[in-house]
Amino acid sequence: MSRNLILGGLLTSVFVIAALLSFVWTPDSVEAMNIANRLKAPSADNLLGTDHFGRDILSMLMVGARTSIAVALVAVGIGMGLGVPLGLAAAARRGGMLDEVIMRMNDLIFAFPSLVIAILITAVFGPSATNAIIAIGIFNIPVFARITRGAALSLWKREFIMAAQVAGKTRTRISVEHILPNVANLLIVQGTIQFSLGILAEAGLSYVGLGAQPPIPSWGRMLADAQTMVSLAPHVALIPGLTIVAMVLGLNLLGDGLRDALDPRLKVVRA
Amino acid sequence: MLGYILKRLISLAISLIVASVVIFVVVEIAPGDPASFMLGINAQPDTVAALRTELGLDQSKLDRYLSWVSGMLTGDFGTSYTYRTPVSQMIADRMWVSLPLALYALTLSTLIAFPAGIFAAARRGGAGDLAVTGATQLGVAIPNFWFAMMLVLIFAINLRWFSAGGFPGWDKGFWGGMKALTLPAIALALPQAAILTRVMRSSLLDILGEDFMRTARAKGLSSRQALWRHGLRNALIPVLTIIGLQFAFLLAGAIIIEQVFFLPGLGRLIFQAITQRDLIVVESVVMLLVFAVIVVNFLVDLAYAAVDPRLRTRT
Repeated sequence: MSRNLILGGLLTSVFVIAALLSFVWTPDSVEAMNIANRLKAPSADNLLGTDHFGRDILSMLMVGARTSIAVALVAVGIGMGLGVPLGLAAAARRGGMLDEVIMRMNDLIFAFPSLVIAILITAVFGPSATNAIIAIGIFNIPVFARITRGAALSLWKREFIMAAQVAGKTRTRISVEHILPNVANLLIVQGTIQFSLGILAEAGLSYVGLGAQPPIPSWGRMLADAQTMVSLAPHVALIPGLTIVAMVLGLNLLGDGLRDALDPRLKVVRA
Repeated sequence: MLGYILKRLISLAISLIVASVVIFVVVEIAPGDPASFMLGINAQPDTVAALRTELGLDQSKLDRYLSWVSGMLTGDFGTSYTYRTPVSQMIADRMWVSLPLALYALTLSTLIAFPAGIFAAARRGGAGDLAVTGATQLGVAIPNFWFAMMLVLIFAINLRWFSAGGFPGWDKGFWGGMKALTLPAIALALPQAAILTRVMRSSLLDILGEDFMRTARAKGLSSRQALWRHGLRNALIPVLTIIGLQFAFLLAGAIIIEQVFFLPGLGRLIFQAITQRDLIVVESVVMLLVFAVIVVNFLVDLAYAAVDPRLRTRT
């Protein structure tokens, strides 16, 4: 196993475990306010200090990890769930009407910067974690459709696919039984990358107030609250920011590590 | 080439039409009537009806779509529901902050990425390469709005080199304006510079393996000379595409960065409009951003085809 895979896997698991743990236990309550104890620097009582309401930052981060991971994970699910079948369908009839329509629609979604989609959706339906998921998820669809189509197109030229065609299998069955398992590795790697982009996007959206609404803790929201306190207590901005960096870095390393581990061809090139 | 341009123009027009329909429909299905929202819950029904007529809300959806689009074609973006001023005027005012900010950031990211990418590619696998690649890993993992807050903490609050936010206006002098945009541009440029560095590096590494590079070395050029004379020029094509795409992300990314620095750009305009349910402003600004992205991508495609004739025959 490569260094990337181990380091990325470890970092990612820390956050996933912390998020899961927060369902049953956090060091402190995230709802109880204790104004007397506000903006305290990290200490034995509050390992990562307290925020402007005297809430324990470590507990907030643990519960916030839940929001970030949930939003990014579901957004990847939307992207894969819709993008992969579209990509497979487009590749199955290359140059056909369906291929053309799917690819044009993809180009169109690419033309909308993801943040602009998010803003439009939240402007219309109101800000919430659900709308953040939809906004990020929509942008994931063309990403998965495009890479699935690209990989599937090269597979369609291979002998084992021709053999399956000669054997009388329909294009749909070939796509599901032979193409999909062969693009799975690629999808896992891309999924990890989109997951990390989703974490960043969620943080950005909740920072500008378009993501999860209070009292649900989210990392971006914590940074927004910290902005006015940054000169009084830098740790309220520093700690959640470093948390986001660590999580995104972990996922990116994991993605790189998985790509090297799952794709032997790349190893040959790098050796 | 002419046929290619024509084909791309038609597809450009279709993209723009579909985009405008999508934006219009999404905003149409928005719950809540702008007229009732503006007048508050205690408004008389006939007052609301009068305002609806004044805003043109009582016309059919098709008429309103057509007048919105034909208005935009002549530079008329309608009238803000909240401020009763022309939207085009509001956009033009804010544009003078957002556009220079995006261009400033694009310049910075290019100025960082080119040397960094060339440096790393020339020392492939060495300590310098590892340092640059590691820095780009960090660059793409840092949320730019958080980086912006840290820049404010260090350079505005502690060192007092820059102000923490706000914009003096270009009429107070060019350098004052540039100074106010410097921290925002650095924050905006960071992740883009990281991505561009990676593209520059990998594109150069691809070129270094080409036959013509081996020929250049064989005819007696040092590896550095070969890189500068033959490698760089050929590596630039993918890099230019990414720069074109980045412009779009910079315009959109500016929306968040403007919030950090309280800059009166398109981002603040759009957020104000959202809270006031000034949907015509939201609609027009979104359309403008999408228009910018589509047109920039179109121009990149054309530039591409002009440089590389093979691309003209592909669809």
